[in-house]
Amino acid sequence: MIVGKQKPIAEIKEIISPYKKVLVLGCGTCVKTCFAGGEDEVATLSSALRLSCKKEGKDIYIEELTVERQCEDEFIREAAIAISKNSAVLSLACGAGVQAIARRFGDVPVLPGVNTTFIGVLEKQGLFTEECLGCGDCKLAAFGGICPVTRCAKKLQNGPCGGSQNGICEVNPDTECAWQQIITRLGNLGQLDNLKKYNPPKDWRPSHAGGPRKLVREDHFI
Amino acid sequence: MKSESLSNLQSILDKGDFAVTSECGPPRGADPEIIRKKGELLKGYVDAVNVTDNQTAIVRMSSIAACAHLVQLGLEPVMQMVTRDRNRIALQSDILGAYSLGIKNILCLSGDHQTFGSQPDAMNVFDIDSMNLVNMVKNMKTEGKDMSGFDLKSPPKMFIGAAANPFADPFEYRIIRLAKKIDAGADFIQTQCVYNMDRFKEWMRLAREEGLTEKTHILAGVTPLKSERMAKYMASKVAGMDVPESLIKRMGDVPKEKAAEEGIRICVETIAGLREIKGVHGIHIMAIEWEEKVGPIVEAAGLSPRPQAA
Repeated sequence: MIVGKQKPIAEIKEIISPYKKVLVLGCGTCVKTCFAGGEDEVATLSSALRLSCKKEGKDIYIEELTVERQCEDEFIREAAIAISKNSAVLSLACGAGVQAIARRFGDVPVLPGVNTTFIGVLEKQGLFTEECLGCGDCKLAAFGGICPVTRCAKKLQNGPCGGSQNGICEVNPDTECAWQQIITRLGNLGQLDNLKKYNPPKDWRPSHAGGPRKLVREDHFI
Repeated sequence: MKSESLSNLQSILDKGDFAVTSECGPPRGADPEIIRKKGELLKGYVDAVNVTDNQTAIVRMSSIAACAHLVQLGLEPVMQMVTRDRNRIALQSDILGAYSLGIKNILCLSGDHQTFGSQPDAMNVFDIDSMNLVNMVKNMKTEGKDMSGFDLKSPPKMFIGAAANPFADPFEYRIIRLAKKIDAGADFIQTQCVYNMDRFKEWMRLAREEGLTEKTHILAGVTPLKSERMAKYMASKVAGMDVPESLIKRMGDVPKEKAAEEGIRICVETIAGLREIKGVHGIHIMAIEWEEKVGPIVEAAGLSPRPQAA
């Protein structure tokens, strides 16, 4: 899923400050799961904003709404009436959701309330970890299902570097060395020979290095 | 390769002589005198001088420029090059430029992560890794081609080095990675500083067993300790460094004013031990901001005068 984190309230207040009527728009999919922008977070944030503005004597109207997914037009449409009644939208979706709203509603300012951080998993309750950079050319088969592009701080294709000690990455003591994990896992799988193979320079064209990407599925054109 | 194009370091190693290299960190400024002064201290005591490439991710005079200053002094540099700051296009271009300036040795590294440096807010590159860099420089040399397959006019023929850390984990895999670097094109290897001789000997034994010491020249790294504090710092704060407790104690057991002397003594003893190990073809002395001690260490170790290159 896409993992995001709600922006600090001071920053949110700053970016909504030019507007008197704001729709706080949640998204019921990824950002709901990571507690950044689902229905509950919309309610909590809206109350906090109302309270804070009232204390400061600022006049603001805040409306709340959450749609199933802000990245799909079908669900965005449900927000049309609420959006038309407000002067700006504070979207608690990921960056894709914010932009999808902006694309659909050309004359309404759409503001981000969440910092989109990574594609990851819920490792355990309350802990989300980054697992995929979306490089567009998945080589997980060679690395025992552990991604060095995402999980090695130097993106080493032929790691580990000299800074791996006791299974920990030198860059951050809270990060496990991806290459140590790759070696352990390949050992368990009986595929240690993979380590002897030279992995050539990565072709970054399918990644973001080639500019914004598109997926075309003509078989689904209507 | 024609002997006239060989680097001094390569011809010494090819002859079977025991090589001595050292290190020189460029200044955090644009004054060439600083690098020249450091160079003068090393002249005559070493076969080549490594010039670091923005080590610890702190902005310094570029390795290429500092190398060029050393070439002008008549010293032979080993240009360190990291993949942290440049993509493959810039790396290849800088290698062509470096060779045109008379730089004939390169040490291919991934580089210290930028979060350790003075500008942790920087973006890194890591387009390719150090293994890929070794292979790129090798293909320039043996195939005469750049990474696109283009036939280069006057391709650079660098003597190619890579780093190895016998003390990092996982230990068994370190030999596999060394073999990969040699297959990728590493003519010589400079190791992390050796303090734990037992572990280094074990690593060398594994390297010999795999026939790797026949395929590359291993130069063992040494760094003289200045104080007990430095020993403790190296042991606890520097990733991939193995300083045995007995050495820290030995540094602490002498009076403070004698500690530097003791550190040098340890270093000379370590060199003597390293020379006994089959497959060690040289030493790499990393006297950090202590270049003036390199000469005395080389002399005390009985490695002076240096052989003349062919």
